[in-house]
Amino acid sequence: MGKAELPLHAPGTRTDRGYIGQSVPRPNAARLLQGRGAYVDDLRFPRLAHAVFFRSPYAHARIKSLQFEKALKSPGVIGIFSGKDVAQFCTPWVAVLGHLKGIKSPPQHAVAIDRACWQGEAVAAVVAETRAQAEDAAALIEAEWEELPAVTDMEESLAGKRIIHKEFEDNICFARTHDTGGVDEAFAQADLVVEETYGFGRHTGVCLEGRSILADYNAAEHSLTVYHSTQAPHMMQDIFSRHLGIPEASVRVIARDVGGSYGIKVHVYPDEMATAALSVMLRRPVKFVADRLESFATDIHAREHRVKVRLACTKAGEILAFDMDDLTAIGPYSVYPRTSGIEGNQVVNLTGGPYKHQKYRGKLNVVFTNKNVTCQYRAVGHPIAVALTEGIVDKAAAALQMDPAEFRRKNLIPDDAYPYTFPSGVKFEKLSHHQALDMLLKLMDYKKLREEQKEKRKQGKHLGIGLAAMIEVTNPSPAFYGVGGARISAQDGATLRLEPTGMVTVLCSVTEQGQGTEAIFAQIAASALGISIDKIKVITGDTGVTPYGGGTWASRGAGIGGEAVLQAGRALRSNVLDIASHVLGLAKSELEIKDDQIVHLLTQLPKLPLAELGRIAYFRPDTLPMNFQSELTVTRHYTPREYGFTFTNGIQASLVEVDVDTGFVKLLKHWCVEDSGTIINPMLVDEQLRGGVVQGIGAALYEECLYSPEGQLLNGNMADYLVPMSGEMPDIICAHIETPTKQSELGAKGVGEAGTAGAPAAVMNAINDALSPLNAQVTAMPFTPERILKALKRV
Amino acid sequence: MEHALDITLTVNGTRVQHRVEPREHLVDFLREKLGLTGSHVGCEHGVCGACTLRVDGKIVRGCLMLAVQANGCRVDTVEGLSDSKELARLQKAFHEKNALQCGFCTPGMLLAAQDLVLKNKKFTREEIRQHISGNYCRCTGYQAIVDAIEEVVNG
Repeated sequence: MGKAELPLHAPGTRTDRGYIGQSVPRPNAARLLQGRGAYVDDLRFPRLAHAVFFRSPYAHARIKSLQFEKALKSPGVIGIFSGKDVAQFCTPWVAVLGHLKGIKSPPQHAVAIDRACWQGEAVAAVVAETRAQAEDAAALIEAEWEELPAVTDMEESLAGKRIIHKEFEDNICFARTHDTGGVDEAFAQADLVVEETYGFGRHTGVCLEGRSILADYNAAEHSLTVYHSTQAPHMMQDIFSRHLGIPEASVRVIARDVGGSYGIKVHVYPDEMATAALSVMLRRPVKFVADRLESFATDIHAREHRVKVRLACTKAGEILAFDMDDLTAIGPYSVYPRTSGIEGNQVVNLTGGPYKHQKYRGKLNVVFTNKNVTCQYRAVGHPIAVALTEGIVDKAAAALQMDPAEFRRKNLIPDDAYPYTFPSGVKFEKLSHHQALDMLLKLMDYKKLREEQKEKRKQGKHLGIGLAAMIEVTNPSPAFYGVGGARISAQDGATLRLEPTGMVTVLCSVTEQGQGTEAIFAQIAASALGISIDKIKVITGDTGVTPYGGGTWASRGAGIGGEAVLQAGRALRSNVLDIASHVLGLAKSELEIKDDQIVHLLTQLPKLPLAELGRIAYFRPDTLPMNFQSELTVTRHYTPREYGFTFTNGIQASLVEVDVDTGFVKLLKHWCVEDSGTIINPMLVDEQLRGGVVQGIGAALYEECLYSPEGQLLNGNMADYLVPMSGEMPDIICAHIETPTKQSELGAKGVGEAGTAGAPAAVMNAINDALSPLNAQVTAMPFTPERILKALKRV
Repeated sequence: MEHALDITLTVNGTRVQHRVEPREHLVDFLREKLGLTGSHVGCEHGVCGACTLRVDGKIVRGCLMLAVQANGCRVDTVEGLSDSKELARLQKAFHEKNALQCGFCTPGMLLAAQDLVLKNKKFTREEIRQHISGNYCRCTGYQAIVDAIEEVVNG
């Protein structure tokens, strides 16, 4: 990066925006490109012990006995521990939130005691000198089980004939109904009512790096250092502290390089809590890395929903009301500390999102089952809400013989209607649906594509075009978790320190998961200060050194962490100019920082290099006035509070060809228009969108955790659980609208989840558009060749 | 270690002698015994490509080859090929186009891509996509990776 190519002024102080808006490559990518990153499994410690877990082979079973004698004699074994052993050192947890009224879940232990509730739940921990030795020993554990009836179907769970947790009267974890009133009347008056039931397959994040944790307990200090592949170090610090009984400030959580997370690594996992407890029990460092089978069986799953939706509209195509009933199954426990009620809750909040109807009823039942737990995974609830909304909207348009783009135009909330309160109760600061639709149609040349589609149909080729408009939660306020009692920070902080040589160290509580957090913080800091980006060093992911904050989730890093960095940068700039004013004997208002120098504002002549200013401030402060103390380290925090969420919007389109003989879907192209507010780094925004879109395509076409009726995971490996690979993926065209949020000076909204939120709906609508002349449609994701052929009545 | 075997191999140009268990995979040997942690373990069943290595000039899955099978072989990893600058053009293109996010797949992806670069001819995007279709990337959606490889092979 040649720094001369880039303008270097602070935003708000000059007409340009410094590095903001520049596609700066990520400085921290260089080490990853040489294989010199530091993922948890790369770390080496003296006396490191390795933990593996003995897991339940049954979906639901009583543990009659566990015999460790043979296993304990296996070479290299350090110890083998039952649930009761681990519980002496780690208290159980219950995952509920105060604002999800009535949510319930039983206490969950790090290692199950007496009863296993899903296949893969850990019931014993084995620690040995090497992982291979620990695995050898685990194979020698003798377990006696009493298999219990497993509830694996969500309808059966809802009916409640068999109750999974005896302390409860039913299997309902959480239920909610939202009703604006007037819904039945709207449906009674409507010219057209369309109805459909959509199915969503349970799937998971498939991080290439499995969950990894290395816990290092220091018995002398009663302190714990945890190297953790996590998105939320401070949240985990609090949890280790409270459940292991170690003072908060004596727990340090360090997240160095993280090999993919996508929401998978923001939850409390029993085997990870057990690993921390084992380190305390054994007074030595202990590591656990989930292998691929364990990842499929125990990483949180998501999105197992069945949703019935109805839409009422006039014959002119005006949507009057949505009515939705969602049933979702979450496994045997609500996941700590975010709960497993949030995904369904989001479906209720977001259904019908982009449209201006006033009547809405959303009903939700979240039920327990004896499968792996589910919780928040990238785009939480959005892929469900967007697919069922956009699916039923297409169905209504088709019934009225209206073009789907025109039908949307007629119903999208007008761009001048903001601020706006949506019937579900959520508030929009400023969205740009119509601008986005226009941009998309132009970008994809919609009219021409429709003509091409007609031509191809004559040749027997089945092209489909699918649209998906959406709203998206970003930059959440404490309304998301904090108000419900969860100790999850909605605020983040940044510390900026001018080093003596004129470099700046940035410490921020938002973490790097590969999305480019550290790069954009460097851009913001450099721009706020007026220094070159190669003078900035960013440190994240260490509770021992960064300010307190939430970390990475819910598309919040740029909007919240970025604003904290901006404010800290401005404060540091002011402090630097105070020193310069004293050194130079000029008024502060006459000075600014440019190209790593203090320059005269009017003449732009260099007056003092930052390195010289640093030398004076740190090593010769005796030359500064007696009553002046320089402050070259500043910290600022930011929390969005005016709106519960900084909603943003976007629209996607998919072009597919369906082979009606084989049922295969060929993805020809994908378009994505997104309004993410102020764009800090266009390249990184595009790459977030593309990666997100492909994850959404995975949900639409390939990915599903398949269980037998007995609750056995049938495809827990990467050969059988299909993920998007390069050969099948299309090129993805991105375009942007920038409507900065006025809640912050930076104006950034989130973008990390947008692609995943909208892509499944766009692909579904494209497939159904292709199938429509054949009077076939698919409604249950993933749209496998088998399901498509069944819809075509060919199998 | 009663069945342990002595092996001698050349890793990144350096001769290495070790005693290994027959069951130890090559990638585990490199990571655990030699501290070469650039090659990653993603699936341990030959599907994801994160452990892609070069053995005697051919790319292999480090989780499907045993360390004992590499006896007498020349093994190249991302660390060695970075130091020799062989991967420099690809690394530059990957960096400039942000063809990596979390970076976990990247060493394997680079070795797979370099296999194409060494063929010394031009390739279509479709052919590039096919060539890396055994390397899983969850973050990028592949397009930037294809762009970066295309720039180097067709440059």
